[in-house]
Amino acid sequence: MLSFAFKRLLAAIPTLLVLITLAFFMMRLAPGGPFDLEKPVPPEVRANLDAAYGLDKPLIVQYASYLGDVLQGDLGPSFQYVDYTVNELIAQGFPVSLKLGFSAMIVAVFFGSIFGMIAAMRQNSATDYGVMTVAMTGISIPNFVVAPLLILVFAVAFGWLPAGGWNGGAWQNMVLPVIALALPQVAYVARIMRGSMIEILRSNYLRTARAKGLPMRQVILRHALKPAFLPVLSYLGPATAGIITGSVVMEQIFSIPGLGRFFVQGALNRDYTLVLGVVIFYGALIIAFNFLVDLLYSVLDPKVRAQ
Amino acid sequence: MRSALGALFLVCALGSVATVSSAAELAAEQVLHKGNGAEPQTLDPHKAEGVPSSHILRDLYEGLTSEAPNGDIIPGGAASWTLSEDGTVYTFKLRPEARWSNGDPVTAMDYVYGLRRSADPVTASKYAQILAPIENAESVVAGERPVEDLGVTALDDFTVEIRLKAPTPYFLGLLNHSSTYPVHRATVETFGDKFSRPGNMVNNGAYVLDDWVVQSHIVLKRNPMYWGDANTTINTVYYYATEDQSSELKRYRAGELDYTYDVPVSQVGWIRDHLGDELEVSTYLGIYYFGFNVTQPPFKGNLKLRQALSMAIDRRVICEKILKLGEQPAYGFVPPGITGYESQVAGYADMTRDERFAEARRLYNEAGYSEDNPLQVEIRYNTHENHKKVSLAVAAMWRAVLGVDYTLINEEWKVFLQTRKLKQDTQVFRAGWIGDYNDPYTFLELMHSKHGINDSGYNNPEYDALLAEISVQTDMDRRAKLMEQAERMLLADQPIMPIYYYVEKGLVKPYVDGFVPNIMDHHYTKNWRILAH
Repeated sequence: MLSFAFKRLLAAIPTLLVLITLAFFMMRLAPGGPFDLEKPVPPEVRANLDAAYGLDKPLIVQYASYLGDVLQGDLGPSFQYVDYTVNELIAQGFPVSLKLGFSAMIVAVFFGSIFGMIAAMRQNSATDYGVMTVAMTGISIPNFVVAPLLILVFAVAFGWLPAGGWNGGAWQNMVLPVIALALPQVAYVARIMRGSMIEILRSNYLRTARAKGLPMRQVILRHALKPAFLPVLSYLGPATAGIITGSVVMEQIFSIPGLGRFFVQGALNRDYTLVLGVVIFYGALIIAFNFLVDLLYSVLDPKVRAQ
Repeated sequence: MRSALGALFLVCALGSVATVSSAAELAAEQVLHKGNGAEPQTLDPHKAEGVPSSHILRDLYEGLTSEAPNGDIIPGGAASWTLSEDGTVYTFKLRPEARWSNGDPVTAMDYVYGLRRSADPVTASKYAQILAPIENAESVVAGERPVEDLGVTALDDFTVEIRLKAPTPYFLGLLNHSSTYPVHRATVETFGDKFSRPGNMVNNGAYVLDDWVVQSHIVLKRNPMYWGDANTTINTVYYYATEDQSSELKRYRAGELDYTYDVPVSQVGWIRDHLGDELEVSTYLGIYYFGFNVTQPPFKGNLKLRQALSMAIDRRVICEKILKLGEQPAYGFVPPGITGYESQVAGYADMTRDERFAEARRLYNEAGYSEDNPLQVEIRYNTHENHKKVSLAVAAMWRAVLGVDYTLINEEWKVFLQTRKLKQDTQVFRAGWIGDYNDPYTFLELMHSKHGINDSGYNNPEYDALLAEISVQTDMDRRAKLMEQAERMLLADQPIMPIYYYVEKGLVKPYVDGFVPNIMDHHYTKNWRILAH
């Protein structure tokens, strides 16, 4: 187990290095730079700006010095938000995205699993079709359509909840974005859960359990739930990483100061350090989540543990 | 102001600039929630650029001059000033009662330090060029002279002298631009790049910085040390980052915002029907235009073609059917509304639509094009819903009137800027400009052959010579005439095709009192108040 974990961590280093290198050079390939404005700055000021950010040095030197800084945990100053460093911006944006994303994922897993189970247990019944139709609708309607509708109904028309803003993560501000973010995830989880549950219900050991006369409730909760949840778990790794690294569109619609907006604004403004910082952070996070899921898998699945 | 140059200016201290009647009942809670567009890049006044940060900085800092709600220049940090006979030396008398937010007196040295810091190449201010009228400013910015050579001196604790290169009638207006604000030296030296953070910032405006959540909001609280604090009513101001206009509108409708930065163009009809009384539309010092790249075929040396294309579009249709917010069709380059200046228009402005189109066809044919041999042209714009609509309308009009074959190309902003500057691939390109200061020169200078924004590549030595003459002209009436002449020359040469004059648009709740539209769209929260509602 330990050596497995160690190997996985070791393998993450070259992955991150490749990621940093690709991101660094791709960013520089994009036309225009952070100081290219509509009304160009005088050449002397431009030279000062370039010097201040080290852009006057050869690209390879910049790359080496950036890599050195990253190794020390310093992601550099932001080109766009000049009062802040990239570390500070990530430290400010990430907890917001994390709280929002996790809440959405918990809601999605809870409701998705229940709906999936219900559908599987009443396979091909009206309930099954009903649940799965709702799920398909949830997947098909993009959340940038659902979100404004939620705002119009619950914030503008009824005035029950705020139309936007974060307010330090108050629950009132979280309800609508969490619903909008969770809806498609609920649908995905429900579909995966239904599929795997149907498969498990048909397996021999479950038939045995039922033949022994165990009540259905116990059969499902004690014997079927855990193995049926495994495919959901492998979906959850990348999905959670995706959702907590910031949903740009949701953050925009609900005016939430998460990480996703930094990424997009950074790219549009050629804020090299901010984009790179966020990419590295995302990369590390996705690797970490996949790693976590693998660990959880071995806890839940005896077959994996045996290997 | 123009006619009185050389005379003594002594402006009495203004007790209050509030324009509201005191009879109306005030709300118990004086908290204002303002939509403010994109996240400000910085609150360092000398590094700031862009409209969102300038709105906040106006509440935080005070320059030597300030503005009345209608945009008129009024005393700010300086209670009065005089101008020398030759119009090149200003002497400002500061308010001795003015204080920094930590209680320190605001002295002449603070203004000198601020201006020097702004011009200092080490600061690398992107807006340092705005200081150009000050003696030696350009060589200081370029690093050729030490900052001490900048034409700014503290004559005593409360007297600042600013020496100009040449008479500059709009100079007093520049003194409320953030590039000229004073900063608190000890704070800058203690905190360096971080001096504009909550908790660090020491400032001299009507409000102080209380909180800043990047990409969310900035909170300002009333500054009890401000010399005019007795006239301030609103205690707290929230500036929200509202990039998405639809979201901003929803937050306004939900009562979370009292004032919006913009309105979503796609919902103008609905807004007019349902929030018509709260929609504020006013003239703005800005021009939306298309440029022709005159350094490459087909527009190089082809005046008739440029004229034909400019005449073949119906600006009224663009304003009324596409933009729909009261934008005015533009036949000139300098927006109307600048005091003492008469905006010029192209010769065809008075023609009827049919006459214009007939003339356009004639010129098009004379330029060597016809139905059988149509012009093939690329129209390039930066990705944006509005630019797309306008470009498409222009192209469709060209096709309908002249039979032009067009291709529309959209590019992401930074890519677009680079393509435009290279002047290799561009033929027709979208452009726009909002005046930096309230003077025609802010527009006319853009088309100087050496100006960085002249992406048409317009190069007329006569025009450049006129600009040079304008910049040293001491007779203000003569200066206005020269500027009018320059604008006429530009319109005759047609390197650009004006489309419309911008308007400023936003929603303001009826209980927000004191909002007065002005051409620069500069507003000071200290002049507003919240009525009981």
